[in-house]
Amino acid sequence: MVFALLPFCLVGLASFLSHSDDHLLELPFTLLNYVQLNNSIYLKVFKESLYLAAICTVICLILGYPFAYIIARIEGRLKGLLILLLIIPFWTSSLIRTYSMITILKPKGIISSALMWLGIIDKPLQLLFTDTAVMIGLVYNLLPYMIIPLLTNIERLDSRLIDAARDLGANRITTFRKVILPLTMPGIWSGCILVFLPAMTIFYIPDLLGGSKSILLGNVIQNQFLTVQNWPLGSAINVVFTFILIVLLLVYWQSTRGREHRKLL
Amino acid sequence: MTSNVIELRSVSKSIHGHDILYDVNLEVRNGEFLTLLGPSGCGKTTLLRLISGFEEPTKGKVFINGKDVSGLPPHLRHVHTVFQSYALFPHMTAFENVAFGLRCQKRPAKEIQERVNNVLKIVKLEKYANRRPEQLSGGQQQRVAIARAIVNRPLVLLLDEPLSSLDYRLRKTMQLELKQLQRKLGIAFLFVTHDQEEALSMSDRVVVMDEGSIEQIGTPRQVYEEPRSLNVAKFIGEVNIFNSTVTAIDEKSVSMEIEGKQRIVKGTYPYQVGQKLHVLVRPEDLRVWGPAEVDDTTDMYPGTVEEVIYKGTTVDFMVRLSNNQLVAATKFFNEDDERVDYTIGEQVWASWLSGWEVLLPHAT
Repeated sequence: MVFALLPFCLVGLASFLSHSDDHLLELPFTLLNYVQLNNSIYLKVFKESLYLAAICTVICLILGYPFAYIIARIEGRLKGLLILLLIIPFWTSSLIRTYSMITILKPKGIISSALMWLGIIDKPLQLLFTDTAVMIGLVYNLLPYMIIPLLTNIERLDSRLIDAARDLGANRITTFRKVILPLTMPGIWSGCILVFLPAMTIFYIPDLLGGSKSILLGNVIQNQFLTVQNWPLGSAINVVFTFILIVLLLVYWQSTRGREHRKLL
Repeated sequence: MTSNVIELRSVSKSIHGHDILYDVNLEVRNGEFLTLLGPSGCGKTTLLRLISGFEEPTKGKVFINGKDVSGLPPHLRHVHTVFQSYALFPHMTAFENVAFGLRCQKRPAKEIQERVNNVLKIVKLEKYANRRPEQLSGGQQQRVAIARAIVNRPLVLLLDEPLSSLDYRLRKTMQLELKQLQRKLGIAFLFVTHDQEEALSMSDRVVVMDEGSIEQIGTPRQVYEEPRSLNVAKFIGEVNIFNSTVTAIDEKSVSMEIEGKQRIVKGTYPYQVGQKLHVLVRPEDLRVWGPAEVDDTTDMYPGTVEEVIYKGTTVDFMVRLSNNQLVAATKFFNEDDERVDYTIGEQVWASWLSGWEVLLPHAT
């Protein structure tokens, strides 16, 4: 509890303090930081981050669900191998993996060269420093966080329920829609949250792959803390961001009536 | 239309090279209560899955209503299953569980409402329609599972050990209810169990299975009183088995020597002199007498009472015969036989009425 709440309290406190060039934080208490936030630039950044994170979450879900389903349903050595493939990326720092993506995505990188060799494109592809690159980077880094909760959920799904649905006259699509999907909802939600939150705040991926063009919420906070050294403003952004996320989560909480959905959160 | 709703013709099934079922021929008649009885792992459940379409036979064919159903997926076969674990959908209410099949057929809402309520009434669950499975007791969940299957009016209802997880009293009640339900609906029930008592008390016909093949098909009385093999006799009820050798045979009777005594069994049998036979006597057919009760002991076997088990309606004795064989005898309390209480260690005479035994030749 202490480790979870203390940073929050400190950030909350800092957001009400003043800023000067000599000290990171100083008295008196002020609401100025929050007033500064009422600025269309911050709103735009927030909206863009939200949009990007949402798309990233949807892509992760679409890619991750079938993968998780296949792993959960197969048996034996292949399953172990696939789970290993899922874990291996965690052995390397995500920052290093993002740097290595630059080599893949750059105009003379692997993807571009391969496409040119295949004759699909005739001049080097400018992937790096685009939104597409940021998206590829986000999805690549966050996909395991979608797959792992889904995998645990689908594995716990009683296969006899699927048999029962088939037995009662449901074809494969109906079985998926009416039985498998509702019963794996908890996994879907926890996967989405685990992907969505980091996608909003992760700052080095837009930094490295998006260049200076894409400024997202994570970058803004990082800038305020490390570059401009305006800790109170950075804290204020953070507090507002946390507050909005809590509201979003509460909205979701209210919209799901099923108790089992909540258990996993 | 044939009178058989399901037919299996020389069906074999092997999984990973193991034979689960071997050359099974079986028909389920319209409207009958047929039970598959056998020890666990004898292939009963696999047989059901072949009919419901979750497995395909390695050899042979399955016919439903006279139609070959090879390759037909489960949702297109008109049979429904009540699963052992019930497999109720945990995210749906009892009503929605029951309505599931009708919704898959895209029936109009009004018809669904009507039919589901109707079926819930039949299984006495109309008050629990809005509960989720986790809010229902085991017996109620069982009823939802049955309702969910019968609301679709299947050609045959397959029941895979549906009562095995209920306690003894509830099981008795459900047995009776299932039987009444089956009469009311008039559809064939194919019921799987390993409980011989359940099989005998509920079925029109019993199919006794062992190690992937059918040992005997017959009415409960036939399989109990005229078992066709030692396996059937041993599996259904308790039985005492004596070894004997045929000493003489003619058209009307067969004489044999059983544990040093001569006995004659009436009837025409295809045996030969010198052939070894098993003589099967049910415990309730084995009589036990005290030394004072008998005059003529030529037909009787001496023994010592080793165990007395009082069971309320009966008393069971375990008697050690002079050849060291342990036999079981059951005595009912009736008026003409007042002496029912023997003590452990008491010398007794055991015997049975000629004609109540079953003869089986040794397997070759």
